[in-house]
Amino acid sequence: MSRDTIFSKIRSAISELDCKAEHPGFEDDTIVSSSRLGSDSPKAAFKRNFEAVNGRVMNSCDEVVALLHEQGQTHGYCDPELMESVGQRLVDAGLEVETSYDRERYDDYAFGITRATGAIAESGSLILDDAKTSDRLAALSPWVHVAVLRESEILRTIPEALGRLNTSRNIIWATGPSKTADVEGILIEGVHGPGEQIALFVD
Amino acid sequence: MVNRQPIDVYAHDIGEEKQASVLSGSASSTEKRLSALFNDYDDPNALRKLAGGIKDHTLHHLDRYLEQTEASLKRNGGHVHFADTADDAREAVLSILKERELTRLTKSKSMASEEIHLNDYLTEQGIEVLESDLGEFIIQLDGDTPSHIVRPIIHKNRREIARSFQRGGIATDYNDDPETITRRARVHLREKYMQAEAVITGGNFISAESGRVVLVTNEGNSRFGMAPSRVHIALVGIEKLVPTDRDLAVFLNLLGRSATGQQLTVYTEFISGPKDEGQPSGPEEMHVVLMNNGRTDVLASNCREILRCIRCSACQNVCPVYRQASGHAYRSPYGGPVGAVLSPILFGDKFPELADLPKASSLCGACNEVCPVDIPIPDLLLRLRDKAKREHIPQPGDLPMAPFATLATSPAIWRTAMTMSKAMNHLPIHVAPVRPLQDWLGQRTLPDWHGGDFRKWLKSRREN
Ligand code: SF4
Repeated sequence: MSRDTIFSKIRSAISELDCKAEHPGFEDDTIVSSSRLGSDSPKAAFKRNFEAVNGRVMNSCDEVVALLHEQGQTHGYCDPELMESVGQRLVDAGLEVETSYDRERYDDYAFGITRATGAIAESGSLILDDAKTSDRLAALSPWVHVAVLRESEILRTIPEALGRLNTSRNIIWATGPSKTADVEGILIEGVHGPGEQIALFVD
Repeated sequence: MVNRQPIDVYAHDIGEEKQASVLSGSASSTEKRLSALFNDYDDPNALRKLAGGIKDHTLHHLDRYLEQTEASLKRNGGHVHFADTADDAREAVLSILKERELTRLTKSKSMASEEIHLNDYLTEQGIEVLESDLGEFIIQLDGDTPSHIVRPIIHKNRREIARSFQRGGIATDYNDDPETITRRARVHLREKYMQAEAVITGGNFISAESGRVVLVTNEGNSRFGMAPSRVHIALVGIEKLVPTDRDLAVFLNLLGRSATGQQLTVYTEFISGPKDEGQPSGPEEMHVVLMNNGRTDVLASNCREILRCIRCSACQNVCPVYRQASGHAYRSPYGGPVGAVLSPILFGDKFPELADLPKASSLCGACNEVCPVDIPIPDLLLRLRDKAKREHIPQPGDLPMAPFATLATSPAIWRTAMTMSKAMNHLPIHVAPVRPLQDWLGQRTLPDWHGGDFRKWLKSRREN
């Protein structure tokens, strides 16, 4: 019912128009911010922009361990496929790592380590894709989220990243840690999602 | 009492503390927007025009894009529901929930749901709906309504919030530190997320080509609402479509910057169906309710440009009237310049009650200059004033025009009036016992009278 009504109302409304606007069209360059992108490497641009929104870029598991020790975090989750390259290093450093996420105990996980499928240099965003994220909740509920990726997976611009959206049904661009300014405009991080967002490069 | 415009009454009664919150909040957002756009682009104005052009194109071909959207959503495995009226939309949501016996929901901020008072309706039906955006959560706790599109509690300060938390049982003690407030909400809400069976979200955009529903949040509340839920319901206005994924580049870049001065909002989610197979967390079903609720009336009106709106709030932040009066003065979910245009037509049956809104503007043009989709808001306000005139809706502050007509058609009387009126500069006319005059002056200050000077000047010119 509603469907037909809506379509007939739309058609009658637009039939009154004298002329219908064409799509203006645009070049990618118009919408890419060249000052954000800079002239350095994609990784350097990603780092600059990601750090500007309080994300942390790390290049070794030791750096992750150091941060977790510093923050007193001892227990977390790691995607089973990343155990060999990342999780095991944390275990060796004395941290407890689970490879399955039990939602009954969501509060037990202080960190979560999952795959990112890429990143965007221009905006400093991580690309988290449902098909490659071992568990959505494990990437979301812990205070520290470590997104693991390779330098070669960084895309330069937002239009490029939109052009590469795949068939995955849930894709998230995470541009820094979760935040709010609802209370008197004061910036507070870690509202519902991670308070620490880390991009860990394994190359 | 002087018969003021309703919006002036609000501005008058709002109280200093609230006014200070609104003023500082909106002023800082305006500044951030400006620096984000001008640091990042050589010509941000060209982008606003481009975005407006893409939206116009989409709206002018809305039948085609809506059909394409429906097909794309279905292809992705989503269920599509059309809702012509607010009632239809509420019923569509309810029947999805009822059929599956779902009674616990979280909801991430959605203006469309505010429009149709969805929370009240579902609560009456015995369904528990919890707002998960921090600001909306506090609004719900207080039984208040949002006063800003992006920052719903812009009118509240930390002390009021700390008291609400105590009153609402979120905290046992009073603590007004913003970080503590946020942590307390985090703990409270994640327990609720984990128990929820379904989640209701809005949708910032839908790409007709791919059927991706795009949601942006800074807090991650829609992400968290979705991850443990079985069913996702997105309630989206039919004007939210864009033709292709590529077009999203224009809108995402403008939305974050215009709303909060961010290049991108923290979480940009592209949702095109239920969770992937193999993914342990996430909804098994996705429903999209495509809602009209007056949008086609706006499309048929001479103010259809307002449908380009991407709800960024830049026009609210910059508006001198909004800053003084706050969002509640606009008596609908949409406050500020966008609301002054949208509400009277969107809620057409209420036009006479809301017809004063288009008058609550000095037509300074700031709203048009900041609008990321280049909506000519001042022009639209004038068109609506004209509509109110044509429909003979009397407005407080309207001056009877008959005396002016007599003056203007008789040169002799005009001359005398011009000279005599000089005396007005010395008379306390604001206390004159003439009702329409009082109403009019209640909202304005008269400059000194210079009437007659033109004739004098012309005469002296002829003589020389
Ligand atoms: S009218 Fe323009 S400036 Fe105002 S909220 Fe809508 S898009 Fe933003």
